[in-house]
Amino acid sequence: MRLDRRAADAVVWLLLLTMPFWLTWIGGYTALGTRVVVLALAAMSLNFLLGFTGVLSFGHAAYFGLGVYGLGLTIKYLVPSSLAGMAVGVIVGTLAAMIIGALIVRLRGIYFAMVTIAFGQVFYFIAYRWNGVTGGDDGLSGWRRLPVDLGFARIDILNSDYALYYWSLFWFAIAVLIMAALLRSPFGRTLLAIRENERRARFLGIPIDRHIWISWTISCLFVSLAGTLYALLNNFADPHDLRWDQSGDFVIMAVLGGMRNFWGPLIGAAIYVVLQDYISSQTENWMSFIGLLFVLVVMFFPRGLLGVLRRRAAP
Amino acid sequence: MTQLILFNVFNGLIIGAFYALMALGLSLILNLSGVINFAHGGFLGIGAYLAFTLMPFVGFWGALILAPLATALLGIVVERVLINRLYGRDPLYSLLLTFGLAYILEDGTRYIWGPSTLPFSVPSWMLSPLSNEFFFLTGYRLFMVVLVIVVVAALFVLLGYTRLGMRIRAGTLDLETVSVLGVNVRILRNLNFGLGIFLAGLAGVLAAGMLGLQPTIGSTLIMPSFVAIIIGGLGSLPGTLIGGLLIGVASGVTTVFWPSASEAVIYVLMGLVLLVRPRGLLGEEGRF
Repeated sequence: MRLDRRAADAVVWLLLLTMPFWLTWIGGYTALGTRVVVLALAAMSLNFLLGFTGVLSFGHAAYFGLGVYGLGLTIKYLVPSSLAGMAVGVIVGTLAAMIIGALIVRLRGIYFAMVTIAFGQVFYFIAYRWNGVTGGDDGLSGWRRLPVDLGFARIDILNSDYALYYWSLFWFAIAVLIMAALLRSPFGRTLLAIRENERRARFLGIPIDRHIWISWTISCLFVSLAGTLYALLNNFADPHDLRWDQSGDFVIMAVLGGMRNFWGPLIGAAIYVVLQDYISSQTENWMSFIGLLFVLVVMFFPRGLLGVLRRRAAP
Repeated sequence: MTQLILFNVFNGLIIGAFYALMALGLSLILNLSGVINFAHGGFLGIGAYLAFTLMPFVGFWGALILAPLATALLGIVVERVLINRLYGRDPLYSLLLTFGLAYILEDGTRYIWGPSTLPFSVPSWMLSPLSNEFFFLTGYRLFMVVLVIVVVAALFVLLGYTRLGMRIRAGTLDLETVSVLGVNVRILRNLNFGLGIFLAGLAGVLAAGMLGLQPTIGSTLIMPSFVAIIIGGLGSLPGTLIGGLLIGVASGVTTVFWPSASEAVIYVLMGLVLLVRPRGLLGEEGRF
């Protein structure tokens, strides 16, 4: 079992590292690969909370979008630097999450989900209405990502799709490795205990609210990191990145792949992105098909793809 | 200035009445079945467009009654086929399912009735102002307020004084016991869902007369209804009603002083309520 998991990890990393080379063979393009990696990071961060702490957030798009706008606004108005933009995006997203998290951390279950959905909309309306700065409904344009200058080396993410892909993968790897390490640590085990039986964990003397708040903050930190990478990819900030439909997309990615599995959301994001890319190129009514996908997943694959595979293999 | 404020307060009350009507339906379903019905806005849109289609045949008044009924019927079928399989499972799944339904319903209305705004004509006598001084007080707006009051009153009578209403209230408190006492819970939840969707359909017809018909009509109205429920307190229908009116007036008043914050203000209000009173204004302690 342990060996199995190691092998699976190795395969995943190998596939991710070589993706730009085989993606074009099977009819993809590099930017699509970058999209998969970025959205997978968002879905995996959400799953840190959803799958491994057992807390249902339906409002992660807010922090994703704060990352997007944080980067866009910084590059457009403050400092022409991709790294500075990323730093600002992540800081803004995380700070907002810390404050809102403190307000809502005592709530549970459906109530928590509803409040996260509702709070997500604040930032949407700010981006939507603050025309002069954010561009309103048209989104924030008139800026582009800039090559990253590290002093000793220059990474040209502006002109090279490959560079952008590996730049995104680099941050994906850091975030994912940190999350994996956290989940293996006593802190992570405590989160699992809370997921499995909150009351029992409370009786053991674990400060539940504080743990959930920390887990929420970590999750939102990495989601806003994904948001900044998404902004780099698109050279554009769209108010829809902040909206509740985007939050739903993240949740469905996690569920589609299998939220009890560490790599599940990555698989889910890959399927979702490719499917959406294909369907929206085929029909104007792609929304119906995506909606149908939601319904089918809930009805027939509630454990997700990896959950089904594991179950097949088990008996 | 007084007139401007009065105008916006009244406007806010009307909008709030919408929110309340929609939120009451959501609340009914949430309380009895534990399902956050994301598709509520989609059903609202269906109600509005059905009224548009039915109007040439049955007139405004006929459409006002038939369209919500037809929407409720659709809701009952959807509950029967899809949603009732998810009761008792993690709320995540019903959320995702209704989320997908919301996509399908919105896209479906766009597919059937087209993406552009359609005019929705209410009887012309309703459109003239009632007095010159209060130019904003058209018959239609007054009619809407009266109708919402009547419907809400009827709803509370239904819940308070009929057998069905009693069962719904009892089921909200303890569904298992109600089931043990011989009530068919499946049918109860089914009817309750239909009742909630009926309110959504009615809100749709009213909204169509005021805002015009667009496929996104539902998704713009659903978020404030969530806020109304949270402010009023989960599990409390009077709370939902108050919450709806409150946020309507709050955004109306804000429109006077700072128009672009009129949407964000209701979320600030929600944050304040959660800070001071996490269970909402009339919510029961410890229920959620």
